[in-house]
Amino acid sequence: MNGAHDLGGMHGFGAINPDPDEPLFHAEWERRCFALTLAAGFTGEWNIDASRFAREQMAPAEYLSTGYYVHWLHGLEYLLADRGMVTPDEMTAGVVQTEPKPVARTLQAADVAKALAKGGPSERETNTPPRFRVGDRVRTANINPATHTRLPRYARGKVGTVELLHGAHVFPDSNSQYAGEEPQHLYTVRFTGADLWGPDAEPGTSTLIDLWESYLDAA
Amino acid sequence: MSDHHHHEHDHEHSELSDVELRVRALESLLVEKGYVDPAALDELIETYETKVGPRNGAQVVAKAWTDPAFRKWLLADATSAIASLGFTGRQGEQMVVVENTPQVHNMVVCTLCSCYPWPVLGLPPTWYKAAPYRARAVMQPRAVLAEFGVSLPEGKEVQVWDSTAEIRYLVLPEQPGESKGLSEDELADWVTRDSMIGVGLPQRPAEA
Repeated sequence: MNGAHDLGGMHGFGAINPDPDEPLFHAEWERRCFALTLAAGFTGEWNIDASRFAREQMAPAEYLSTGYYVHWLHGLEYLLADRGMVTPDEMTAGVVQTEPKPVARTLQAADVAKALAKGGPSERETNTPPRFRVGDRVRTANINPATHTRLPRYARGKVGTVELLHGAHVFPDSNSQYAGEEPQHLYTVRFTGADLWGPDAEPGTSTLIDLWESYLDAA
Repeated sequence: MSDHHHHEHDHEHSELSDVELRVRALESLLVEKGYVDPAALDELIETYETKVGPRNGAQVVAKAWTDPAFRKWLLADATSAIASLGFTGRQGEQMVVVENTPQVHNMVVCTLCSCYPWPVLGLPPTWYKAAPYRARAVMQPRAVLAEFGVSLPEGKEVQVWDSTAEIRYLVLPEQPGESKGLSEDELADWVTRDSMIGVGLPQRPAEA
């Protein structure tokens, strides 16, 4: 979706201002929000693509005026309601009013290390050969879906060169809609600064973007 | 003036309280419904506060600087090479290491969200997740690097890796000439978090 999250190439945000003494979490609620989001994800009620789509659906003005863990909080509230796990009324009241939905698992403290070490790889076996090879020139699609996509706006309708092949990976555009993993070959495609930004590019720069096969056509 | 400040303070305070209340409500609801185990929450926080962080990535880089066979493996199959040091899993399931050279400087961004290689760098800093870096890194990487105090020779190519999939990128910085001959352990102290994101360079550690 063309949301406020799709920031590449926007102007006007000002300086980056890194804080060299920044703590990992700035407040206790950030800690809890972080852990709640991870732990709730282990119920198996959603996937990483659906969780990204949930955060992207914040109203643009709200997204841009709040920090990362507020985005996470919004995403978690959205997913819990969307999956029928917690009702909006329960969140407002802070009181349980409905039976819990049966879920696949509840992450236990003793299993945290193992679960994190295992992760959730997105690569999938495939018998389909990749359509493109390293060095091929490809043009990205011009698509504007209202749902989740990982083809950033700044890289749509652009010509680049295939740099790396990564095997077949879960396709976020379908997985985020719970419409199946539909794995596709994933490529890293190199775009020169001029390919992306024309005469406003900085000299001697290029951007490498991970793109699924259906985003690409031979150029 | 003091009224104005007072008002701003109240405003910030009430916003924060709203967020705090929402998080607190969610935690009690999720625990009561049996979706999360409170002890698991504490374990998750402790893991990322104390066990996983950029010291992991620094070990990877220091080993690559001192062990040519490991460096070769790291550049060919980063996931396996990094796993051999015990760093695997969530948000680092498939790793690619990109090597800085005298000709090329690499930096990493996630313009769409905040993808970051957790097993080797821990959780990302706020600036990495915030709009200015995500907006500007792909279009003005040299200007961004200058803000981080990194000025590159004019002829050096800059490559920006936008992490749009589940591949996680780690920059292998160039080893500073003045650090040649140091041990792997000593070298790890030269490797900064920012040098592995590509917005900094390795630095002589402050005297202990």
